[in-house]
Amino acid sequence: MKTYNQINEKISSGKAVVLTASEMKEYIEAHGVRKAAKDVDVVTTATFGPMCSSGCFLNFGHSKPKMRITACRLDGVPAYSGIAAVDCYLGATQLRDRDPANSNFPGKFDFGGGYVMEKLVRGEEIELTAYSYGTQDYPLRDLKTKFTIHDLNQAIMVNPRNCYQNYNVATNCSDKRLYTYMGQLEPKMGNLTYCSAGELSPLLNDPLYETIGVGSVVWLAGARGHVFSEGTQHCPTCERTDNDVPAEGAGTLALTADMKKMRPEFVRGCSFVGYGVSLALGIGIPIPVLNERIAKHLGVRDKDIRAQVIDYSTDYPLRTGNVLGTVTYEQLKSEVIEFKGKKITVSSMSSRYKALEICQLLKDDILKGDFLLSQPLAPLPKEQGMKQLTIRK
Amino acid sequence: MIVTHKYFLKFPKCETETPIVYHLVKDYDLEVNIFRAKVTSEGEGYLVLDLKGKEVKIAEALKYVASFGVSIDTIDKGVIRDDSLCTHCGNCLSHCKPKALHLADPVTRRIAFDEKLCIACGRCIDNCPMKACSSLLE
Ligand code: SF4
Ligand code: SF4
Repeated sequence: MKTYNQINEKISSGKAVVLTASEMKEYIEAHGVRKAAKDVDVVTTATFGPMCSSGCFLNFGHSKPKMRITACRLDGVPAYSGIAAVDCYLGATQLRDRDPANSNFPGKFDFGGGYVMEKLVRGEEIELTAYSYGTQDYPLRDLKTKFTIHDLNQAIMVNPRNCYQNYNVATNCSDKRLYTYMGQLEPKMGNLTYCSAGELSPLLNDPLYETIGVGSVVWLAGARGHVFSEGTQHCPTCERTDNDVPAEGAGTLALTADMKKMRPEFVRGCSFVGYGVSLALGIGIPIPVLNERIAKHLGVRDKDIRAQVIDYSTDYPLRTGNVLGTVTYEQLKSEVIEFKGKKITVSSMSSRYKALEICQLLKDDILKGDFLLSQPLAPLPKEQGMKQLTIRK
Repeated sequence: MIVTHKYFLKFPKCETETPIVYHLVKDYDLEVNIFRAKVTSEGEGYLVLDLKGKEVKIAEALKYVASFGVSIDTIDKGVIRDDSLCTHCGNCLSHCKPKALHLADPVTRRIAFDEKLCIACGRCIDNCPMKACSSLLE
């Protein structure tokens, strides 16, 4: 048994034993859970992939004369201005006003909120246009200028839902190509796409939320941030297989961090033809090895994690609840998978390559002694379902 | 013998003041047809061009270009994958039938691009969420 304080003291004095998630799995396989729990202090987990429920609050500072911004555009992308005078919230999936979207299907979706966020973190110049109805204390009605992230008072990323614990595998049973947020799905189960870091993923390594809770420290695109709430659609009550691994979406996290401290290679605008734009984000979460149960969970392997295969031509859009079957992440990573008597090629939306890089970067930060852990202020809900929207007439 | 070859020239960060293309025309008696020129976010530049002229002159011209630290590749298909944009997500894996884009390492899941296998079908271009794949000929 270790405490957060003991682990933080070890980190500060450079004595902590820190392993990446992959190293920990090998350590457990070689030496067993008991020894791993004793020897290892912290394990770094990570994920990198598109996360649509992301965005940022920006504060521009006051112009002279002052302006109570009613509506604004960042490089043509509208940001929500229904808050105080010079604050706004830019969402990752927001398109420009006159984006043709899917009017000429499938739309290209060249640019949007996620791309503006990437430009911000890169320190690139962004055009701000703003309109106001004008008041006596805020007389300016129109404004057009350029700014970079360095000109802003704050640029705070605030993401209502990141780090899905597990996720659907998408396929297409119809006879025409589908354009989805899971990529292009070829007719007659021509391919499968998945989007999870699997055995490296934070919430799959802490399936019962024993260390990750409200207030936990996270590595959000290189900045030190934290979990500020359960994520939207957090739904821990679900089917779980051995070692408490959820067999479907399950838990999510709401994350925040200072964008001024982020690294651009982990904040990437991305686009899906026929669907829209989003933001691909890199997230790392350190897990303190407080006891043997936590260590045992950290031993989870891709072969132990199952995901549900869903037909995105009917079952997903119509919310039938039908599941075609389940597959493991080990199978998904074998490139060609046997499913329903068919050999199917597999694509991934989540980058294991980047997730491994993040595990290592976070490990280095902790070993340097400047990334301490924090004990959660409150746990995430462990029992909670998910409501659906009923359309009432 | 007069021949035409397509080349992909990648310029390093330190920009040369020398008007290279001008010299190709004037000193080596080549016809130059530029398809695409771009400066990447890292400050590197690339140029896709056809060189038409005497085979010996083209060889001499390439030596001259290489003396500026420019890397030279021949291209036949015209599809490139920009490494600085690729996140190695693997979305292209099920779309690239000839496996030009393929898994280079099953452990890190790094995605490599082997241009020799590319048939320029263009599927990766509108499938890559990071816009890492593009055609130099469009
Ligand atoms: S889809 Fe694009 S970003 Fe993803 S691995 Fe292929 S080339 Fe790289
Ligand atoms: S153009 Fe076609 S063959 Fe060439 S890399 Fe892209 S998907 Fe593969």
